[in-house]
Amino acid sequence: MDIFEEIRALTEKYPDRRGALLPALYVAQEDAGWLSQEALDRVSNALNLPQATVKGVATFYSMYKHRPMGRHLIQLCTNVACMIMGAESLVDFLKGKYGLEPGGTTVDGRFSLVIMECIGACDRAPAMLVDTDFHSDLTEDNIVEMLEEYK
Amino acid sequence: MEKFLLKNIENPSSASLEEYVGAGGYGSLNKALQMEPSDIIAEVKAAGLRGRGGAGFPTGMKWDFASRDTKFPKYLICNADEGEPGTFKDRPILEKNPHLLIEGMVISAHALKSERGYIYLRGEYPHARIVLEKAIEEAYAKGYLGDNIAGKGVGFHLSVHQGAGAYICGEETALIDSIEGRRGQPRIKPPFPVNVGAWGMPTIVNNVETLANIPLIVSIGAEKYAEIGNPECPGPKLFSVSCCVERPGVYELPMGTTLKEIIYDHAGGVRGGRELKAVIPGGISTPVLTPDGIDCPMDFVNLPKRGSMLGSGAVMVFDDTVCLVKVCWRAMKFFEHESCGKCTPCREGTGWLRNILERIEGGFGREGDIELLQDIALSITGKTFCPLGDGAAGVVLGFIKNFSDEFMYHITNKKCMVNKDSQSAG
Repeated sequence: MDIFEEIRALTEKYPDRRGALLPALYVAQEDAGWLSQEALDRVSNALNLPQATVKGVATFYSMYKHRPMGRHLIQLCTNVACMIMGAESLVDFLKGKYGLEPGGTTVDGRFSLVIMECIGACDRAPAMLVDTDFHSDLTEDNIVEMLEEYK
Repeated sequence: MEKFLLKNIENPSSASLEEYVGAGGYGSLNKALQMEPSDIIAEVKAAGLRGRGGAGFPTGMKWDFASRDTKFPKYLICNADEGEPGTFKDRPILEKNPHLLIEGMVISAHALKSERGYIYLRGEYPHARIVLEKAIEEAYAKGYLGDNIAGKGVGFHLSVHQGAGAYICGEETALIDSIEGRRGQPRIKPPFPVNVGAWGMPTIVNNVETLANIPLIVSIGAEKYAEIGNPECPGPKLFSVSCCVERPGVYELPMGTTLKEIIYDHAGGVRGGRELKAVIPGGISTPVLTPDGIDCPMDFVNLPKRGSMLGSGAVMVFDDTVCLVKVCWRAMKFFEHESCGKCTPCREGTGWLRNILERIEGGFGREGDIELLQDIALSITGKTFCPLGDGAAGVVLGFIKNFSDEFMYHITNKKCMVNKDSQSAG
């Protein structure tokens, strides 16, 4: 099923087609890793919604990406519990080890890093998502080991 | 106390329908399908269940309002957007006990005569989405969801709607906006969602934990349920405990268990035997307490008397190594990021508060900054559509009220009283 059809199918779950907009943006994002103007236009066509509506919604939510991402997206939490348990030093560590800045991508395109607001794992802080995989109890030692799984 | 919400979750297969049914699951649904919808609502009312999302509104009363509205269809939405820092209490239900939630939703749908439901799941829980979607598929296959549930002529369809990283969507009207495919921004109330909600129709939004309590009420009856916890706020409650304790995690305890018992008896006390400095009792938006306030029962009635709130029951414990100015700054950075921008006092005020806290924390505080923080916070309080602004302001006011010495030390000495040797960076 191409993404146009996949998006059209989502509308069956909602009383009107606009209800499917958030899941449709996820479908488009999964296709290319980010939401290009072309991807937004495709969503707009599939749901028959104005382009401004689609863009206005897509830019409101922090999990939609508006520029190309690395092959793997690291979303690291630095909110209060993670901060207390050392997340800030992990940010510095990633900078030193991979040249990876918050909001940036490594030169080889392997990782992008996004600082996340609360990942809901405060009991196992610090924690991160790599793509859709959850990793917790991070330290400078084990974070490298975990990231080595992502080529 | 016998576990109900977290029953059987140590079992690695606890999320499967087979295991759930094996442990007695869906028995309450079969019982509820023999009952009249109005009788279920009466039972929930009599049980005294109060919403577990933070506001503590009586669930039976909310249902009653919705059921009196004659418009159809009615929508039932599960609020699984737990995004408050410190809060992860719903996660074990979503990831390990999804059929309890589904059973609670089907019973609720029958009571409310709703035929369409959504689980609004925060985007940050991708694993929960996989678990929930599988559980929903299993429930359809066994006839617990669909057009004719258990052959009783009751129809209910359920799907997961995944949010995309906006804390404000935990607020019920912003959540409804988001489910309709809009920017998640709160709506002015009234009209309340129970009358004018999703797509303009009556809509009930209940938290995961609230809905997960429904099968218990149906199974043991209102009278027995009301014996758990305390009379004003009955039932079991999930508490998520984090930061400086020996055993952080989610604990299912009777409502009204004291903060002291939670920290010392269940979470193992302050880590490394260190000194307790401060506790946030209900998630980052609830005002901080000093150690002499921890004798307080954790419920919707007693915490407000101590100047705080139960919120989501997310206990954050800080020992004497933690800089509270820094905690306050980080909390405000969160509120600034998450303000939806609809109301000027919240949109501008949270950024301004963060800015001042950042300079105090970084060693550049000025005389008069504490008064300025209070002035800005009071200019936000009560002047916004939703409680996000009030929450942000309350955090600052709570920290200043209870720990003004620490803020003063930062401003006067240009450094932190905890890490005296270094100027900590903001």
